[in-house]
Amino acid sequence: MLRYILQRVLYAIPILLGVNIITFLLFFTINSPDDMARAHLGDRHIQQAEVDNWKASHGYDKPLFINYDAQGVKKISQTLLFEKSLRLFMFDFGYSYGDRDIKADVKERMWPSLAIAVPALLIGLLVNITFAMLMAFFRASHIDTLGVVICLAMMSISTLFYIIAGQYLISKMLHWVPISGYSDGLGAWKFIILPVIVGIISGLGAGARWYRTLYLEEMGKDYVRTARAKGLSDGVVLFKHVFKNALIPILTGVVVLIPLLLIGSLLLESFFAIPGLGTYMIDAIAQQDFPIVRAMVFLGALLYIAGLILTDISYTWVDPRVRIR
Amino acid sequence: MRAVSIAIFGMILLGCDGQPWNNPYPSKESNANIYYGAFAERPKYLDPAKAYSVNEAVFISQIYEPPLQYHYFERPYTLEPLTAAHMPTVQYFDKEGEWLPANASPHDIAMSVYEISIKPGILYQPHPAFAKLPDGRYRYHNLTEKQVRHYASLSAFKETGTRELTAEDYVYQIKRLARPDLNSPISGLMSKHIVGLRDYSQVLREVEGEEWIDLRQYPLSGVTVLDRYRYQIKINGDYPQFRYWLAMNFFAPMPWEAEYFHSQPGMKQQNLVLDWYPVGTGPYQLTVNNPNRKMVLQRNPNYRHDDFYPDDGTSDNPKIGQPMPFIDQAVYSLEREAIPRWNKFLQGYYDTSTLTSDSYSEAVNMSPQGSIDLTPDMQEKGITLQTAVALANYSLGFNMLDDVVGGDSERAQLLRRAISIVVDYEEFIAIFANGRGVAAQGPVPPGIFGFKYNDFNPYVYTDTSQGVERKTLEEARDLLAQAGYPNGRDRLTGKPLVLHYDTVASSGPDAKAQLAWMRKQFEKLDIQLQILTTQYNRFQEKMRDGNFQLFSWGWYADYPDPENFLFLFYSPNSRSLYDGMNAANYSNPEYDALFEEMFDMPDSLERQEIIDKMVAILRQDAPLAWGYHPKDFMLSHVWMSHEPLNQIANNNLKYLSIDPALRQQYRQAWNQPIIWPLLLLLGLLILFALLIMRHYRKKVHQLNPQVEKH
Repeated sequence: MLRYILQRVLYAIPILLGVNIITFLLFFTINSPDDMARAHLGDRHIQQAEVDNWKASHGYDKPLFINYDAQGVKKISQTLLFEKSLRLFMFDFGYSYGDRDIKADVKERMWPSLAIAVPALLIGLLVNITFAMLMAFFRASHIDTLGVVICLAMMSISTLFYIIAGQYLISKMLHWVPISGYSDGLGAWKFIILPVIVGIISGLGAGARWYRTLYLEEMGKDYVRTARAKGLSDGVVLFKHVFKNALIPILTGVVVLIPLLLIGSLLLESFFAIPGLGTYMIDAIAQQDFPIVRAMVFLGALLYIAGLILTDISYTWVDPRVRIR
Repeated sequence: MRAVSIAIFGMILLGCDGQPWNNPYPSKESNANIYYGAFAERPKYLDPAKAYSVNEAVFISQIYEPPLQYHYFERPYTLEPLTAAHMPTVQYFDKEGEWLPANASPHDIAMSVYEISIKPGILYQPHPAFAKLPDGRYRYHNLTEKQVRHYASLSAFKETGTRELTAEDYVYQIKRLARPDLNSPISGLMSKHIVGLRDYSQVLREVEGEEWIDLRQYPLSGVTVLDRYRYQIKINGDYPQFRYWLAMNFFAPMPWEAEYFHSQPGMKQQNLVLDWYPVGTGPYQLTVNNPNRKMVLQRNPNYRHDDFYPDDGTSDNPKIGQPMPFIDQAVYSLEREAIPRWNKFLQGYYDTSTLTSDSYSEAVNMSPQGSIDLTPDMQEKGITLQTAVALANYSLGFNMLDDVVGGDSERAQLLRRAISIVVDYEEFIAIFANGRGVAAQGPVPPGIFGFKYNDFNPYVYTDTSQGVERKTLEEARDLLAQAGYPNGRDRLTGKPLVLHYDTVASSGPDAKAQLAWMRKQFEKLDIQLQILTTQYNRFQEKMRDGNFQLFSWGWYADYPDPENFLFLFYSPNSRSLYDGMNAANYSNPEYDALFEEMFDMPDSLERQEIIDKMVAILRQDAPLAWGYHPKDFMLSHVWMSHEPLNQIANNNLKYLSIDPALRQQYRQAWNQPIIWPLLLLLGLLILFALLIMRHYRKKVHQLNPQVEKH
């Protein structure tokens, strides 16, 4: 197992390198260092001398990929790609253009993201499974049909609608919780409850329908028929046997998401004014703050790889037939 | 079920403190003298040498104090002393250094010397940078990196101190503008004007890399301290607009102690940088700086007691003559989205709100005559509306370097005028700005010297018995035919006239409709308009390269002087040729000569006459289809004082006052939780659970009837 994990970690290095180069290419295709300088200095009274000065003081006065003026290995090492990317592998995210330590910002902002994402995931999972099991249990009945129709309707509605409707109904009309905002410590619960509910409801349609399919697939298998033939009730078959086996794809699907919870939800955080990492990324893109964008993409890729490794490991936990070598 | 019960119980408990459940603020603040506002975009910089945006000025203008400010009520906007004892004195010198009288010709003036005296006794806000040990040494000036790690925020430094504001602090800040590593956006501009600033930048470049550069050790020839309370600034030639810069934060004081304190090792890693912790003498200090969530301005306990509410022209305002500020604290929450921001305003959780397109129809009604009133709902809530025309222009421009629409030929002039007539900005304002704008008659907006009321652009409008009206389509078509494009076709080639319109791609709700509208305007003349939407960076690149035909452009004033609008057409400022702000690349020697004459004149009849001539030239040449001046709308609750909007001053917080008790009453009345839907929901859940149970039993019974028997 340890060897496998080590192997996967080593595989991750070229992937991260690739992600880094692609991010770099994409960003600098759209924004040249001149564009970035002008975006930060503003477009009033700015001339090329100030632009050049900004580039020099932020280390953007070097070539992107190859420094033809340098000699030997410096042809590569004295380039923007090398200088701006290599540090990421040491988890040195550097400073934003606003002179803020990105690592400190990430540490601070991941907690609000997690405060919404974790309960939304856990409670959402519980609700989705319950709803899916009910539909599967009452399969081919009116309850099932109604459930599927509701799921389809819910899937068809944009998350934005749930957010606006939730804020309008729960906060504006009924005055139960604040419309938006955030607070540290225990005081955060009243700000979190609405985005969590919205997060759960917006994912309910797709989640429950997917899980229902998994249950129905399991329920068609031979072992279920055998169990029924043994005289076990439908409830026992569903909850004891089907549930356990259907849990394998559910859990592996969820485990891959766990590290990504850190990244946060862009829409929820934006509308509910949650100071998480989702909005951090959005702000960085809007303000053309390349160090933050680069760090966040790197972090996202890293977490995704971590999620995949965790998924593989979780297979061995939930399915004894799987062995990692 | 249990979870729901707990949640309900929790909510009921929450309501026991007597506060509305949806109150986003701590209940202890309910009756406090706190202003609540929102900001949509996190400020990028709070360093006065770098900050240039309005969303940054909102904060730092309450903290930093330049020597001058704008009189809050006087119009046209007038400068007055802030920390200065009186308005700066200016002396002029010729090339030989000989003194010149005040009425000397600007052409003879080689140098202007501004002498500024500041009031004694002004103190800085409490700050650890000033804290001293009993032996006189600074308490926190020799911290090691390891020690700094113990301080997560500025408030973790328990000891603070203050000191008196001196002239040296102002000089220090002007020197900072030249620091290459700070990248001040005005360093280039000021290097042209302030004597020695460009060379000073070179001097600093040589010592760059040190943790802290003690700028006191590096003299700047054009800026000198005369004594503890006086300093002088030498300006190349005559640049009367410099006085406006003295009202901007770029020229606010910076104590060396603060810069030194924040440059200590480890401070940057803790995000304890000067850029995020302003240190000023203003009425407020920034006590919470979390641009990701909220910014809190607290009354500066060291603020002087001689800053009184000015005479606003009314005799019954009890605030006149009272010491400012009135509000103890201002809490600004980050609220990116307009809908929640607006709803929180309606609930009383924000004290003021701007008006966005989303909330427009809910807030105001426009009468057929064009007057704007609050809706009955808003009036019932006691909300008041204030409007003011912004010192800004949004226009459609022509590239004067272009072969088709540009140049000074009569053909091109007629073509531009024809287009100016058909691009109906009154319609644009009504459709896309919800009436929040005034069609522009020229470059200078209302509220600025040089603007003339009841004046109109005779090339676009006609004075009729019903008033001033836009010229007819027939007149525009006639002009187009005269230009050589009858019915939108080139008379010589017979080919249709195709024009290219460059604009920045926008994802806003009106973006597509606006472009379709623009295309429709040109279709009136049978001109085919090809729209080229690009990203902002590419758009700017095209503008710099001169690779465009038609474009959209906006300009907000730096200061309330006509020069700040008329310089946009001065040929040495050409965007494509000299990287200046003349986006249309307009060039007219007569206009240039008038500009050079006008720009350093004091406001006078003579200056007005020259401005009139310049505006007439611009109207005739039509480098822009003048567009419109946007109008700002501000809504305030009944518990807020209702100062008029000041479009140029940013240090407005000190003038505002609130009635917290009245606010609390309204909040309570507007936000009572409605509980019955919660009970209904609970009931429905129980009913659903019972139904499921019933179906479950029924199904189990059907599948296995003997189960129940056992």
